Amino acid sequence: MALLEIRNVTRRFGDFTAVDNVSLSIEAGEFFTLLGPSGCGKTTLLRMIAGFDAPDAGSIVLDGKAMTGIPPEARNIHTVFQSYALFPHMTVAQNVAFPLKMANVDPGQIGKRVEEALEDVRLTGMDKRYPNELSGGQKQRVAVARALINRPKLLLLDEPLAALDAKLKESVQLELIGLQKEVGITFVYVTHDQSEALALSHRIAVMNHGRVEQVDEPSKIYGFPRNRFVADFIGQCNLLDGEIRACAGERMTIALAGIGDVVALNIESDAPGLKGALALRPEKVAIGRDLPKDADVNRFTGKVHDFLYLGDVTIYIVELAGGMRIEALLPNSSAGRTKFFEAGDEVQVGWRYDAGHFLND
Amino acid sequence: MATPQNRLHKWLIGGPPLAYLVVFFAIPVLIMVLASLRNSGDFGGLAPLFSEESGTLDLTTENYGRFFSDLIYTELFLKSFAYAAITTLVCLVIAYPLAMLIARSAKKHRDLLVLLVILPFWSNFLIRVYAWMIILGPQSVFVSALNRVLGTIGIEPVTLLYTPFAVIVGLVYVHLPFMVLPLYANLEKHDPALLDAAQDLGANAWRRFWRVTFPLSLPGVYAGAALVFIPALGIFAIPDILGGTEGIMIGNVIKQQFLDTRDWPFGSVLSMVLTVMAVALAGLAAWVARQSRT
Repeated sequence: MALLEIRNVTRRFGDFTAVDNVSLSIEAGEFFTLLGPSGCGKTTLLRMIAGFDAPDAGSIVLDGKAMTGIPPEARNIHTVFQSYALFPHMTVAQNVAFPLKMANVDPGQIGKRVEEALEDVRLTGMDKRYPNELSGGQKQRVAVARALINRPKLLLLDEPLAALDAKLKESVQLELIGLQKEVGITFVYVTHDQSEALALSHRIAVMNHGRVEQVDEPSKIYGFPRNRFVADFIGQCNLLDGEIRACAGERMTIALAGIGDVVALNIESDAPGLKGALALRPEKVAIGRDLPKDADVNRFTGKVHDFLYLGDVTIYIVELAGGMRIEALLPNSSAGRTKFFEAGDEVQVGWRYDAGHFLND
Repeated sequence: MATPQNRLHKWLIGGPPLAYLVVFFAIPVLIMVLASLRNSGDFGGLAPLFSEESGTLDLTTENYGRFFSDLIYTELFLKSFAYAAITTLVCLVIAYPLAMLIARSAKKHRDLLVLLVILPFWSNFLIRVYAWMIILGPQSVFVSALNRVLGTIGIEPVTLLYTPFAVIVGLVYVHLPFMVLPLYANLEKHDPALLDAAQDLGANAWRRFWRVTFPLSLPGVYAGAALVFIPALGIFAIPDILGGTEGIMIGNVIKQQFLDTRDWPFGSVLSMVLTVMAVALAGLAAWVARQSRT
């Protein structure tokens, strides 16, 4: 059985359903992320796991034990809060020692364990500082050390990187991955930042309007989004409305609104007459003055409407003859790249038949 | 940068309060110091500063000698100190839960609740204290009901008015808002996430209060204690009205020296001792507050 079972959990606030019949199984040792836009219910779900809120329906089971009616202080679950919530009147060492004192650990052992915990998060020598004397990254590490010191079964992290600057985020992400591997404690991580979720997690649950849209490994979530919401929310994606015309073997023909017929990969669930959208990542769309003719490539002519130069890559927004716009991503370092396209340039865009996949509505 | 304009701004902003303090605090204190060193006049008040007979300034330390030679004044100070300390403690015990309740109630209700706390200020101070005279008087419904209850369990009827108890009740009643307001101002700023974190990390309600809420509220406790203790120490109106002869405090004696006995120099001595005590206590409180923070 999974370490944490969330079974048909629903939570309503008046007329608003914050969490709508959610079921999830989180395995021991997993780095599991709840990902979604603000208001999707991920924080409400986290608070219910921690015990600060109770489901209106359904149950939460930790290690085979139903958590119903058990207050947060009696759950073997600790949280790293978004604001870190370090006690301002206590030193770093006192903050980290807090859970041990609450668990009535022998005072003789506390000092040694605090020292070890601070060593784990590379804060040796900071024990006498107060939280207001720490940088954002250091505060975050104290919060993690404090939450991990008495080895909870589950560690909840509520957007713990939101307050850090972009440069710092990357190194902290690597630290978190390393720490989780080292301590072997199950992490449930909440974020609205899809790149964070992709970088950190073993599995991701994408949430929207209180429901779980998809639970998968990061590469599956990115490569094979199950619906329009997931495709759109994770990374950039062209969503081209259309209808399946014909299926034959490995391939099928889709009539895309405002673009025309294209060839796409035929998978089991596809059948003529189905309506939906072709999900196409911009990095899979080629752009050039003259793309070579190829039966495997859908090729269209258009004009550069606008572009975003991002340093390593440039995103071109190409307007096709029918008025539809397609985003194409071109690495600025790609071989033979000598000229950037300007707005108004006539270009061709093309993608292989197996570059995108069809999302059934 | 100290440009001439900046310096002008500094004086414009800092000047008026500074002038106020000089005129209404520093000069009166100096007058008081001087008065405590003078002889009293033949018909009360002060003797002339310049003695015609000896042709010198007529100054003496005799007044201080009188204070230190008669232990009754020291005793009175200690008693006033005890009354003020008890008042402060009772105010703290009553005000803390009230301030916490207001700070944790819905934001839209807080202003109304604070208004209710300061509402008594809208009626006259003396009228409110006289009201307590009626409430604690022997004919009051409250006291007669109390005595009837005590009678059934075989206890002699009690008198409340003109006792130290009545003085403490009056002191607590009058000073309570001064404890509630600084406590509320402090508690309202507490980040609720800290209590969530404490609970999440295993602290029950009792430990959340003593490990997080109370230590974080200490600046409010010190501020409230200072605002209650210092005025309570020197007050004379409440013991005058509610205390009778038993409940007299140092403020009453100072008032007597100036208005009834007309011994201004000795009244000044008592005032000086009171001022020095209050300043010393305020300094001590500030020092304790600073120590607890580092």
